[in-house]
Amino acid sequence: MRLQNAALGAAGFAAFLALGEAVPRLGLVKEEYFPPTSRIARALADELSDGTFWTALGDTLTGWALGLAIAASAGIVIGVIVSVVPYLREATASTIEFLRPIPSVALIPLAVLLYGSELRSVLLLVVYASFWQVLIQTLYGVQDVDPVADETARSYGLGAWARIRYVLWPTALPYVMTGVRLAAAVALILAITGELVIGAPGLGARIAVAQNSQAVPEMYALIVVTGVLGLLINVGARTVERRALAWHQSVRGEVAV
Amino acid sequence: MKRLLRRLVLVLALPALLVVVWWLASDGSTDVFWPPLRTILRTFPDVWTADRLRDDVLPSIWRLVAGYALAAVVGVAAGTVIGSYRRVRAVCEPVLEFLRAVPPPVLIPVIMLFAGIGDTMKVTVIASGCVWPILLNTVEGVRAVDPVMLETARSYGITGPSRLRNLVLPSAGPQIFAGLRQALSLGIILMVISEMFAASNGIGFTIVQFQRSFAVPDMWTGILVLGLLGFVLSVVFQLVERRVLAWYHGLRASARRSP
Repeated sequence: MRLQNAALGAAGFAAFLALGEAVPRLGLVKEEYFPPTSRIARALADELSDGTFWTALGDTLTGWALGLAIAASAGIVIGVIVSVVPYLREATASTIEFLRPIPSVALIPLAVLLYGSELRSVLLLVVYASFWQVLIQTLYGVQDVDPVADETARSYGLGAWARIRYVLWPTALPYVMTGVRLAAAVALILAITGELVIGAPGLGARIAVAQNSQAVPEMYALIVVTGVLGLLINVGARTVERRALAWHQSVRGEVAV
Repeated sequence: MKRLLRRLVLVLALPALLVVVWWLASDGSTDVFWPPLRTILRTFPDVWTADRLRDDVLPSIWRLVAGYALAAVVGVAAGTVIGSYRRVRAVCEPVLEFLRAVPPPVLIPVIMLFAGIGDTMKVTVIASGCVWPILLNTVEGVRAVDPVMLETARSYGITGPSRLRNLVLPSAGPQIFAGLRQALSLGIILMVISEMFAASNGIGFTIVQFQRSFAVPDMWTGILVLGLLGFVLSVVFQLVERRVLAWYHGLRASARRSP
C-alpha cells in the first residue's frame, strides 16, 4: 500500500514537472515570465554550486530555528497555564484576541527602525507570528478535553499536575502538534518575508536581488529552494508528529486503511 | 446582572491594565521610536480621517475579503475531494505539499510578472497563501470522519450530496474552522505585504510611507489600526463560527454539564 501511494505520488509530481516544461514551450505563457522546468533546473544547479547561496541558506535557517524554538516553548507554556488556572482564560481572552490578529508584518517598519537589516529584525517577526499559532492551538486543544474524562480523573483524586499530564496533555497534544507544524511553516514564511522586505541576509534577500536584476529563472530557482526547504520542514514536523501521536485516531486510521 | 458585571470586569481588566502600563511606561519617553502613548493617541484622529478610511482602509479590506473568500471556496472544495478519495490524495499530496511549502510572499514577484501590480495581484497573492491551511485542515477533517458513522451512513443508503451535507462537512467542520481561522491571520499578513511591495493605497502602503518619512507616531497609529482591523475581523469570524458550529459547541456544553 505504501509503495503504491509513493508511486502514485511520484506520478503526480512527474506530471506536474512535465506540465511546467510543456506550458511555456507550447507558448501558452510567455517564456520570460514562466521559464520551462529545464531552465529553472539549470539555474538551480548554478545556485547550488555558488558558495554565497549556502551562506544565505544558513542565515535563513538560523532565523527560522531560533524564532520557532522561542515561540513554541513560550506558546505551549503560556497556553497550558492560561487554560488551567481558573478565570485566567476569560481574563486574557480579549487581550489575546486583540494582540493575535495584529499581523506581524505590521511590525516590519518598527523592526527596521529598531534593528535595521539584522537577524534580530527577522527574529522579532518570526517569534511574534508563530507564537500565536502555538498558543491558539494549545488553547483549542485544552478546550477539547473530554469533560467525562476530566471529571473521572477528578473523582479519582488526581491532582492538578497529574490531570495536566494524563488527561489534558494527551488531548491537547494533537492540537499542539498541528500548531507547531503550522508555526514551523509560518516561521519560515516570516523569516523569508523579513529578508525579502527588510533586506536582512538570507534567501529572501537573494530573491529580491534576482527580481530586481530581471533574473527570472534564478528567481524561480530560489523560490523552488524555499519550497523544498518548507517541504523538508513539514516532513520533519510530520515525522515528529506521527511518532508522538502513534496512539491517536487520525494517525492509526491512516495505517489501517 | 452580577454575572454580567463579573464577565465585563474579566474581559476589560487585563487590557485596561496593559494600556495603563504602556501609558505610564512611555509617558515622558524621549526615545524617538517609542513615543508616549499620549502622543500616539493624539495623532490618531489626525491621521485616520474619513478620507483616509475610504481611500486606504476600504480597498485593503476589499482585497482581503475577495482573496479570503476565493481561498475558502477552493480550499474546502478541493480539500473535501482530496480527503475523500485515498487515490486522489496519493497522487496530489506531494505536489500539494510542495506548493504549500513555498512561502506565499515569495510568490509576489512571480504574481507581479503575470498580474501586474493592480488589485488582481493582491487578491491572487492573498488567495494563494490562504488556501493551504484551509485545504490541509479540510483534508485532515474529512479523513478523520468517524468510520462507524461512515459505515452507518452507507448501510442506510445515505450517499452523494446528502452524505456530504449531513455527515462529512459537519464532522470536519470544527477542523475546517480551525483552518479558516489560521488563514485569516495569514490573509492579513499577505494583504499588508502585497501593499508594501507595490501599491498606491492601502493600510500597508500607508504604514511604510510613515516609516520612510520617520513619522513614528503616525506609524504607531497604523499598527494600532491593523490591530483593530484584525480584532474586528476575528470577532466577526467568531460570530460566524458560533453560528455554524452551534451544534458542536452545544454538544460540548451539554457533555460538560451532565455529571
